[in-house]
Amino acid sequence: MAPKFEIEDLNAWFNSKQVLKNINMKIEEKAVTAIIGPSGCGKTTFIRCLNRMHEATPGARVSGKVLFNGVNIYDNGVDPVMIRRKIGMVFQKPNPFPMMSIYDNVAAGLKLNGVRDKKTLDVVVRRSLELANLWDEVKYELNNSGASLSGGQQQRLCIARALAVEPEVLLMDESCSALDPIATAKIEILIRKLAENYTIVIVTHNMQQAARVSDYTAFLYLGKLIEYGPTKQIFENPKHELTEKYLTGEFG
Amino acid sequence: MSKINCYKFRIIKDYIARFLVYLSLTLALIPIISILYEVVQRSVFVINLDFFINSAPTVGEKGGGIANAIQGTLITISLASIIGTPIGLMSGVFLSEYSEYKLSLIVRFFSDVLSGIPSIVIGVFAYALIVRSIGFSVIAAAFALAIIMIPIITRTTEEALKIVPLSLREAAIALGVPRWKTVIAIVLRSARKAVTTGILLSIARIAGESAPILVTMGYWRWWFEGLDRPVANLALNVFVFAMSPFENWIALAWGSAFLLILLVLWISIAVRVLTKGRY
Repeated sequence: MAPKFEIEDLNAWFNSKQVLKNINMKIEEKAVTAIIGPSGCGKTTFIRCLNRMHEATPGARVSGKVLFNGVNIYDNGVDPVMIRRKIGMVFQKPNPFPMMSIYDNVAAGLKLNGVRDKKTLDVVVRRSLELANLWDEVKYELNNSGASLSGGQQQRLCIARALAVEPEVLLMDESCSALDPIATAKIEILIRKLAENYTIVIVTHNMQQAARVSDYTAFLYLGKLIEYGPTKQIFENPKHELTEKYLTGEFG
Repeated sequence: MSKINCYKFRIIKDYIARFLVYLSLTLALIPIISILYEVVQRSVFVINLDFFINSAPTVGEKGGGIANAIQGTLITISLASIIGTPIGLMSGVFLSEYSEYKLSLIVRFFSDVLSGIPSIVIGVFAYALIVRSIGFSVIAAAFALAIIMIPIITRTTEEALKIVPLSLREAAIALGVPRWKTVIAIVLRSARKAVTTGILLSIARIAGESAPILVTMGYWRWWFEGLDRPVANLALNVFVFAMSPFENWIALAWGSAFLLILLVLWISIAVRVLTKGRY
């Protein structure tokens, strides 16, 4: 299978501070790739470079190539808006639009891009909520505010919202870190289910989570990619001393 | 023993502080209450149906009303809002959402300067720009009032949009929504109450302006005749009628003052309702 992403010599800066240093890696299609590493190692910046969200921050800069389906998303002619429709993102804290209903939250991506047809929207909203394992919990209260849901439900609502625009990739930036263990477990089950059809990249500082849900794991440290490989190999037989120290809890 | 004395002293200090607070409150309320009392007491007998349907009386004429001034004031305020609101709103959006441009520093600086310029100076500016070419007119007055509105709306819009969490903007952008649509559909929509409040406050501010009206259209005692002609105005009614020697004119001045206060009061209440008392 061809890789979904091929990252070549990726560097990223915030003003003069370099946060990513020469990252080279390939991300497999229809698999879960986990990015782990201690706080401040550049995990979040890394996945924000994959859908050109990094540059939305003032003072942020990127160099290098990110090939998505073989096309460099940083090429001159590429529209970041189109890239972000193909590569969805779920954030650390659930961020449903508070002034919109559950239905409108899921439909937001389509509505804001000009889809008006009620039937199409109904179908997409239902399918997205079902995909996000949320439909059964909210099907009778679609007109309630998205902010009325619990934290875990809100996060699944955000996943449904991201899925509604039919992306090929889902980037999840520590999407469980604000949730309790039960809500986290639900999302982890969901991640495994989605991996059958989507390419998923998750950032996590929870090593057990990476071990549970991911097929591949990348270990970042101080902006550098230290080790990358199948999750089983990284956890059971790390090649690099730093990876082993991090996994055994010697620092973090 | 000394501890007990210390405790008593604290109680006394508390009483003194409380007394001073209530005293200041009373002092602050005296002018407001007395103005309201005076205006209401002197205007109740003039406020009747005639007051609302007749226009300004001529010399020697009995009774009369301020219908033409109400019409004129509403036209002037509406026109000023039509000119000033979009400019102020869009400047506020620019300052909040596109602050990475150096231009925003300049815009913010001049917007602050503009809000500090005395309104008579803005009136003279409108005079030089518009009155000298098309004459005393409601369009010149509305232009001057719009310039007064713009920095107020700009500032309140900017502040209102900055409160909208960054995470909502990111959520929309990550869905592949273009930036301008994110600003309109997510950011402005989240902040619509605070933005409306800013617009209403600016309208309250210009509703009672008299200096710029004086230099852009002067006193006019007839009905609306066209955008290139003056219209009557409540604030100038107060000024002109109060200076007159005729009793019924003076009564109309009090009535106009009462209506102006009512207008501003109504806007303040609308703001309260919109924001649930945050301003």
